[in-house]
Amino acid sequence: MLRRLFNFKGGVKPQTYKAPSVQAPIGLAPVPSRLFVPLHQNIGGVPNPLVEVGEQVLKGQLIGGADGWVSAAVHAPTSGVVLAIEKHVAAHPSGLPTLTVVIEADGRDQWMTRTPVDHRSLAPERVREILRDAGVVGLGGAVFPSHAKLTAAKAVAMDELVINGAECEPFMTCDDLLMRERAEEIVRGSTIFRDLLGARRVLIGIEDNKPEAVAAMQEAVRRLAVDYEVVAVPTRYPAGGAKQLIRVLTGKEVPASKRSTELGVQCFNVATVYTAYRALAHGEPVISRIVTLTGNVLQPRNWEVRLGTPLRDFAALGQPKADTSNYLMGGPMMGFEVPSLDAPVVKATNCLIAGSPALFPPSPPEMPCIRCGACADACPHELQPFELYWFSRARNFGKTQEYHIFDCIECGCCSYVCPSHIPLVQYFRFAKSEIWAREREKNAADAAKARFELRNARDEREKAEKAERLAKAAAARTAEKKAAAAEAGAAGADAPPSRPASPADPVAAAPALDAEAIKKATIVAAMERARAQRAAVQPRNTDQLTAEQQKEVAAVEARRAASPAETAPPAQPVVVREGEPDQP
Amino acid sequence: MITTLAIMALGAIVLGAALGYASIRFRVEGDPLVEKIEAILPQTQCGQCGYPGCKPYAAAISSGEADINLCPPGGLDGVRKLADLLGREVKPLEAEEKPKQVAIIDERTCIGCTLCIQACPVDAIVGAAKQMHTIIEPLCTGCELCVKPCPVECITMQPITENLDNWKWKYPVIEIKRAA
Repeated sequence: MLRRLFNFKGGVKPQTYKAPSVQAPIGLAPVPSRLFVPLHQNIGGVPNPLVEVGEQVLKGQLIGGADGWVSAAVHAPTSGVVLAIEKHVAAHPSGLPTLTVVIEADGRDQWMTRTPVDHRSLAPERVREILRDAGVVGLGGAVFPSHAKLTAAKAVAMDELVINGAECEPFMTCDDLLMRERAEEIVRGSTIFRDLLGARRVLIGIEDNKPEAVAAMQEAVRRLAVDYEVVAVPTRYPAGGAKQLIRVLTGKEVPASKRSTELGVQCFNVATVYTAYRALAHGEPVISRIVTLTGNVLQPRNWEVRLGTPLRDFAALGQPKADTSNYLMGGPMMGFEVPSLDAPVVKATNCLIAGSPALFPPSPPEMPCIRCGACADACPHELQPFELYWFSRARNFGKTQEYHIFDCIECGCCSYVCPSHIPLVQYFRFAKSEIWAREREKNAADAAKARFELRNARDEREKAEKAERLAKAAAARTAEKKAAAAEAGAAGADAPPSRPASPADPVAAAPALDAEAIKKATIVAAMERARAQRAAVQPRNTDQLTAEQQKEVAAVEARRAASPAETAPPAQPVVVREGEPDQP
Repeated sequence: MITTLAIMALGAIVLGAALGYASIRFRVEGDPLVEKIEAILPQTQCGQCGYPGCKPYAAAISSGEADINLCPPGGLDGVRKLADLLGREVKPLEAEEKPKQVAIIDERTCIGCTLCIQACPVDAIVGAAKQMHTIIEPLCTGCELCVKPCPVECITMQPITENLDNWKWKYPVIEIKRAA
């Protein structure tokens, strides 16, 4: 089966160092006595802890529930007791702590009840939910929740599903061994993903330096009688990058502004596909993964390790040599130095390399950039790293964005070829995280400003309302005073014997008296109305009483009636509603 | 000679009319400079500059009434940006620059007096009369305005420590020993 392959620009061919770790089959790493399972092992929402300290958990039991759609659940890797839910050093370059569930293994390794399902008998949404709750994430190292990638674009038909077995990083062989030993499961998993996406073709891309894996996958495809294509792609770093592999296999170039689904392609790592198959067909959530342990060790090998195994315990399996100075998680191109061996194996851990000064000699001093352009030639994303370097170094972040720093996948090709030994990727990481931090600060400032303005508007409004209320009350008071004065005046007019009205203008006094009398009458009527209203409003707390309470109330009333009336005059129920001006 | 003068005069009239029209037609409401300055200010609304909020301070800078180095939360970085925008000299900050902080209410001591709620300029405190108050940390700008009004001194300012969410890759520093 010959297929036209495409090329991607740039890339490098570092020495692979893959041979030592493929000699032995995948080993089953022993379960340590204590496991440290971080809750946040995926991109997106941090799972919420669902267990309590002291709780007995079974192997595969949910301990962290997915938070939102872009999130993935976390499970107990073995049976035991939850010792603590606390901050523990994370498998992260910073070495900062993250919320971790500490489990003491009880040694029984007892599974919870597993319920295998057939993905064809379920609605696709349900299958995606199961994958999310089984904690299936991209195991190539990006740990993006897989179910969130399993929706085809509405407008574009899904042409190709790319299964990524390229594994281009030096030293790393975990996908190679997985394909050699568990090819059939990978092919079955691919079928699940193909059905979910409705993809027309499935392409399995493997770098041609892994002939055994290619043969095993071809054999599995033949045995299962599916029409998937197993394609050997030329070995060149970073052929295993999703965009690069899609380009090589389909010729489609995914632009920065688009997702690959919009071009009708989606890409998954072989280990992800394998765990998805285990999750559905065996009901086993992601509680272990295959990790390459290699470098400066006596026994380089691939191990199936429980997530949460401390790196110290794991590294000991390979018997590191005496001059081991540091450990790298991930490959030498994109990985990072492990800050502490107390950090656990997580879903993103694909490889652990023991380093020594002989294996990774300290990089020579950084020299000035001579603008030779070697980095631009090597960049697989057709960026200009020397320009990005210049602007990152000068902290001119606006310019770095103009030069598309966020298209950089940090593959490390530029640093690898730089004749001046400039750690270019470090500069780009620095610039990216500074830009993100500024973005966060800017958003926070904007939100604070909006809240401040809202609050000011609210204060103004409340002030205005209060002023209005006071004005109303004052007006009512003056009206009342006037009414009282009028009353007094009217009383004076009504008593002619005591104070005779001026005989000079009886005609003028009469209409004035009349007008005042009308006003007085309206006021009296209004007061009468208000009194009637007040009387109509009964206290609510005696509406629904039990017979017993009513009896009690009656007893109290009787007592009150019996007591001397002059000491306790029957109290009028007073109902003061909020917002009403106080009655004078 | 007369023709030349006439042409010049006509040109002056036409251009003057065009400019006059444009100044009415394309009139900008509000002062765009104030908005630009305000966008640089950190919006803590703390009043440490002596103005009752970031916008009044921006207006004061724009009118030349206030200096650009009065905003401690903005830090030297903010002063630099303002200097850039306004073409002024960078000056050291008037006050001391502090790390970003967040207010914490000791909830056992809080008596529920609501004074801090009234003081908070960005509505970052929840609570009710005689109920415990608490600070919504992501909304707190660290302005310290709630600290003073508290009658039981239960509010403390704590610097924001580095965590996995705000961790940043550091500027690559070449050790002198190694380079030498």
